[in-house]
Amino acid sequence: MHDHDHHSELSEMQLRVKALETILTEKGYVDPAALDLIVEHYETKVGPHIGARVVAKAWAEPAFKRALLADASKAIAGLGLDTKVGDHLIAVENTPQLHNIIVCTLCSCYPWDVLGLPPTWYKSAPYRSRTVKDPRGVLADFGVTLPATTQIRVWDSTAETRYLVLPVRPAGTERLSQDELAARVTRDSMVGTGLVAA
Amino acid sequence: MNGLHDMGGMDGFGTVVAPAREPPFHDVWEGRVMAISRALAATGLWNIDQGRYGIERLTPEIYLTSSYHRKWHLRTEALLLEAGLISAAELAAGHAQGPAKPLPRVMLRPDKVPATLVRGTYERPAPAPARFKAGATVRARNIHPASHTRLPRYARGRTGVVDRIYGCHVFPDSYVSGKGDDPQWLYAVRFEACELWGADADPTVTVLIDAFEPYLMSA
Repeated sequence: MHDHDHHSELSEMQLRVKALETILTEKGYVDPAALDLIVEHYETKVGPHIGARVVAKAWAEPAFKRALLADASKAIAGLGLDTKVGDHLIAVENTPQLHNIIVCTLCSCYPWDVLGLPPTWYKSAPYRSRTVKDPRGVLADFGVTLPATTQIRVWDSTAETRYLVLPVRPAGTERLSQDELAARVTRDSMVGTGLVAA
Repeated sequence: MNGLHDMGGMDGFGTVVAPAREPPFHDVWEGRVMAISRALAATGLWNIDQGRYGIERLTPEIYLTSSYHRKWHLRTEALLLEAGLISAAELAAGHAQGPAKPLPRVMLRPDKVPATLVRGTYERPAPAPARFKAGATVRARNIHPASHTRLPRYARGRTGVVDRIYGCHVFPDSYVSGKGDDPQWLYAVRFEACELWGADADPTVTVLIDAFEPYLMSA
């Protein structure tokens, strides 16, 4: 095996992954061209821009918001997005009195179809361990302080449901177009670790 | 299993460090790890819970010191070795040394990639009516399965309220064995923070888990 003392994890992993892909290709278990397409999908097609578009539409169109909160997968399927959104997406609505935050304590479940791949912090031990016990402390790590009276709901994604936070629409945005609204919506606001700035 | 992966409520891991910007993959190998794993899963070699259980079975030392994608890679190697599809000698050599074994389904070709990337449904027809209604008070069972489960330790034995019912879904504790879906009702169950963490907990906080019916009893 490779010498751990003389390689960083990165170079060790480059070698190990290359070796595995070579073996699997030689044996006919994977097609490298298919692997290229999977990587391309996650690097270029999915990301928080999809969720931001959904949030902006929900802010602008009350009927869509109702449909989204009733069945997010179904509501989003009607939007004609370039990529498809799979099943069991649940949208939860933030209000001035109630703040929702999403975590997966057991692994790293995350709504890939609307937010893309999760950031490293979402998959990290600090986030996974603390969010269910000390959500205000975790929010402070993100520079977010909520009023002491705000109710906080932590959703631990322990099944094949996936959660998307519908953040509070900031004041003073009544005249913005949906595209302009979407540009304000951050990834963190859709996980519940951020707020959308006014 | 009561493994390190079940992190909810543990102390001592420090603050959350969140850089402003981060690429989907930090290096080329991370993307290849994910793609290899997705492509192999698409051939039916393992399902989502068998994949998770593969990561849960990494040793605690490896689990805590490996990056997310390194864990995925080590899981993939381990499951392929378990299935006899590759050998340790091949991994050491970096090349195939023997004949291939048949896959459960055909190898993933580029034209099938888009369909593979659409998240499937885990909802199934209900074999029986749901036992609990929204608003019912329930207690999470005090169970400690040696194998894969999706009931986090911090909720076991705790009393909560059924917040909503999600329908009947593939049951991870059975699905991991590869012997079928064993559909069970799935509920969002809401716990007050003081029920989970003691009287000093923040009274404004509630925690919801997705809980399968076998995890729950009337309370």
